[in-house]
Amino acid sequence: MRALSKRKPAKVRYTGPEHWARRRTDCCKNAARPWRRELNKDVNRGFPSTGSAVCARRFWALFLCTVLVGALSACGKSPWNNPYPSGQARGNVLYSKFAERPKHLDPGRAYSSNEYAFIAQIYEPPLQYHYLKRPYTLVPLSAESVPTPVYLDSAGGVLPATASVDDIAYSIYEVRIRPGILFQPHPAFALNEAGEYRYHNLTDGLPAGVRLLADFRKTGTRELVAADFVYQLKRLAHPGLHSPIAGLMKEHIVGMAEFSELVSERLDVTSATGSGNGYLDLRPIPHAGVELRDRYTYRLKIKGKYPQFRYWLAMPFFAPMPWEAERFYAQPGMAQRNITLDWYPVGTGPFMLTENNPNRRMVLARNPNFRGEPYPSVGEPGDREAGLLQDAGESMPFIDQAVFSLEKETIPYWNKFLQGYYDTSGISSDSFDQAIRFGGKGDAQLTEGMQEKGISLTTAVTTSIYYTGFNMLDPVVGGAGDRARKLRRAISIAVDFEEFISIFANGRGMAAQGPIPPGIFGHVPGAAGINTYVYAWANDKPRRRPVEEARRLMAEAGYANGIDSNTGKPLTLFFDTTATGPDDKARMDWMRKQFAKLDIQLVVRATDYNRFQDKMRKGTAQIFQWGWNADYPDPENFLFLLHGPNGKVRHGGENAANYDNAEFNRLFEELKNMDDGPRRQAIIQRSVEIARRDAPWLWGYHPKAFSLHHGWYANAKPNLMANNTLKYRRVDPVLREQRRREWNRPVLWPIYGGFGILAVSLVPAFISYRRRERAAVQ
Amino acid sequence: MIAYIIRRTLYAFPILIGVNVLTFVLFFVVNSPEDMARMHLGMKYVTPEAIQEWKQARGYDRPLLINVAADGVERLTDTIFFQKSLHLFVFDFGRSDSGRDIGYDIAQRMWPSLAIAIPSLLIGLLVNITCAMIIAFFRATYIDLWGVIACVVLMSVSSLFYIIGGQYLVGKLLNLVPISGYDTGLNAFKFIVLPVLIGLASGIGSGTRWYRTIFLEELGKDYVRTARAKGLEEHSVLFKHVLRNALIPILTGVVVVLPLLFMGSLITESFFGIPGLGSYTIDAINRQDFAIVRSMVFLGSVLYIVGLLLTDISYTMVDPRIRLH
Repeated sequence: MRALSKRKPAKVRYTGPEHWARRRTDCCKNAARPWRRELNKDVNRGFPSTGSAVCARRFWALFLCTVLVGALSACGKSPWNNPYPSGQARGNVLYSKFAERPKHLDPGRAYSSNEYAFIAQIYEPPLQYHYLKRPYTLVPLSAESVPTPVYLDSAGGVLPATASVDDIAYSIYEVRIRPGILFQPHPAFALNEAGEYRYHNLTDGLPAGVRLLADFRKTGTRELVAADFVYQLKRLAHPGLHSPIAGLMKEHIVGMAEFSELVSERLDVTSATGSGNGYLDLRPIPHAGVELRDRYTYRLKIKGKYPQFRYWLAMPFFAPMPWEAERFYAQPGMAQRNITLDWYPVGTGPFMLTENNPNRRMVLARNPNFRGEPYPSVGEPGDREAGLLQDAGESMPFIDQAVFSLEKETIPYWNKFLQGYYDTSGISSDSFDQAIRFGGKGDAQLTEGMQEKGISLTTAVTTSIYYTGFNMLDPVVGGAGDRARKLRRAISIAVDFEEFISIFANGRGMAAQGPIPPGIFGHVPGAAGINTYVYAWANDKPRRRPVEEARRLMAEAGYANGIDSNTGKPLTLFFDTTATGPDDKARMDWMRKQFAKLDIQLVVRATDYNRFQDKMRKGTAQIFQWGWNADYPDPENFLFLLHGPNGKVRHGGENAANYDNAEFNRLFEELKNMDDGPRRQAIIQRSVEIARRDAPWLWGYHPKAFSLHHGWYANAKPNLMANNTLKYRRVDPVLREQRRREWNRPVLWPIYGGFGILAVSLVPAFISYRRRERAAVQ
Repeated sequence: MIAYIIRRTLYAFPILIGVNVLTFVLFFVVNSPEDMARMHLGMKYVTPEAIQEWKQARGYDRPLLINVAADGVERLTDTIFFQKSLHLFVFDFGRSDSGRDIGYDIAQRMWPSLAIAIPSLLIGLLVNITCAMIIAFFRATYIDLWGVIACVVLMSVSSLFYIIGGQYLVGKLLNLVPISGYDTGLNAFKFIVLPVLIGLASGIGSGTRWYRTIFLEELGKDYVRTARAKGLEEHSVLFKHVLRNALIPILTGVVVVLPLLFMGSLITESFFGIPGLGSYTIDAINRQDFAIVRSMVFLGSVLYIVGLLLTDISYTMVDPRIRLH
């Protein structure tokens, strides 16, 4: 016993908090420089989880205390299954999820919706979309007003706004930003007593304890100026940034390609001489397309007329970037510790990223330096009745924090939503029937179970399209000839996308009549907007033409009963897809069945995404499925998918069908630079009609987004173009906590019952045991 | 024994080189550097120049395995394989293709994996051995019969069913623990309970059957008969003699998996939102991040070799007749 009691303290010593504290102090003894000491102090104050060794200690401590915690959680007031700290119960916090770690948080690189979910709340480009108005309308964000382009001829003379596109050599966008906007608190702005940047000269690298941005204790801020926008525009051309829109912008912004080359040369020099310490200051490098006019004004020079450029000004690519941030993150040791601009954003928006642990959760907290922004006072008809204007004029943001938890699978996400631990949810196929039922008129309604919980449903047709394309370079289905065109049209009738939407999308979609989705200028609803080659208007809705008509077209094309009249053999077509999983089999079978209506044998060539992309680039696919999400609400962003000079095989563009019709191309060139109006509408109609006649796509469908939210969640209106919508959200945390407690009372009787059964069963077990023991002895 | 360990360690090098070559070839058969660049740069507006710049910045512009344009030893060294694989042997995992420090990420993510795996293994061992010994104790009775039937039934159910069913029953219907999620420190407890219970339930069938077989084999041996003949009670025979002698096959199965506990469980981590190494690997495969994939495969190989070595060493500890030369 004595020996045991001697050993015990030694064990405890290695897990106790005193030991942690002493170990942390010891590891900081080597700190020599003042800033290093400062950082180490921060490390000591910070979470022990910043280092793996500390994690280890916490891990072992965890096991020693499990029983204690179990007891504590049983005694707490918070529901047992609450995945959040109980202290947050009544906090003004919004709970959401993310399924995949965002690859980039640098506004120059990010281009995915899961990345925009974060950075659009942090960075503020000059413009934004009005939250409530439809059609989508640009309004100022960090700019004072939406810039109106000034057109110049090749000699630099100013042209009238009505000038012909051919005369316009340049468009000038002058952006004046609002004075008084401040950046979020950030160590890159921290100054020392001498007024110098405190953390800009970490020449000896970082001390071992610094692993997070939060380990830098001092922060600072400064006013947003036009130079920050200019700096970001220069960054987009930086070859080391790999901005996804660099190539596109080089075609539009004057001097961008030359600037990029200049930066490459400078980088070669700094790399050869070892100067620059990994940082290249872009400020002094001249850029012919960007001009700083004064502290709050800058100009952009665009080649020719490009009206869609204003939409780009609402994307994070054009958000301001302070040079200090790039200078700070470029220091030695930062990237090695994963402290990069791509990981820790620096913005002026309503929120800032205070916790970035994409392995578990990401937290956006209210930016204390945010100026406040009034909630919109006007919307579209019905918004007031829907309660969407109750906060009109109130200063945003309304929530203090947004917690995004990692949730990879849909089933746990859905169940936690029903328990009240997520404020909103989409609806996966698994849970669709539990949430939605369709009324007599085909309208989506919530089930009684959802209504009892006070859950609401919002739906919106997305500004995207899923289509099935024909490779127009293919000798059988492609080309401008009458035979192939009739074959494509016949298939267009036979493939019943209404059925597809019903079976595979739970009715969440709208069969497309052309490339332009609803909500985008150029889309024509009703009878005037239907694709008459595939539909007829009957009973106030489009009705797909009968299969007999498709068979007639097949016969006219020389494929009567699916037999090729030239060869006498059955017509076999090839469908290239990435649908390789077991879940895709039903869809592929359905697709075969659609073609079989015309006696066409469809061979499905399933392959991985890389091989599929390769086939598309080489033009060896015959029929394929593809999709497109709008970058901005302009028909140009959809019609360019059918523009000949944008063909994928010949030009490496986004026209995956390689459709090339001279008349369509001419109309596209004309409409793309026009301002919205009746004339543009007419040209769009003509070009869409040409595409419908040629049928390079089965037009597929526009998906409908279904979103559920709880009763404590307010100001929910789907806005498919805006990404910075977090600031509009409001939650009622008191109601939420009340509901959570109602819905999550622990049910203990099965546990007690289980223990009871176990206890009762022990009696015969013991008797058997004794009997067996006695038998063995005998 | 030291000579044995050194020899086995040296044997590991050609194995690891082979594993590296195999991983490399398999990865690049499916993904070319162009595919990787496209995946990282996004799907829209990607130009050939951008792809080339991406490859150049990350060293993927070199030939894969042999550089025919180079001379001498550079034919082998100026290749993607050599440049990307050499540092692994000193456990310098480098940076992922998206720029993250892989070593740091592994160090961070192995703890959640261990937090699930260690209790699952230890409690699982305890429960499985206990159940197996009870069934062995009541061998050739209805308890044995129904025990084996129950084990087969439990073995036949997919682990996914246990996970979804467990989440639904314990997290949703009974509201006892969170359905998914993770936290650090003591707060991790409530998130660990359910995955550990499910791990236990999904492994109890196969584990109990396996250990029962081992115990029954031992029970038929002469020393057991001798023990009984000298008047020992059945529980003493089982716990003092049979259990100790059954340790060798048990160790074979257990020690070899110890190092692999670090690697985490893919399905469990995915469903429970556990930020461990299992999900780290699968995320890297989905993102075509070769740097992470090769690092994780290399680490898995090293740990497996270590596991085998530990198994051999553990034999000498439980069976004095075994000597390593």
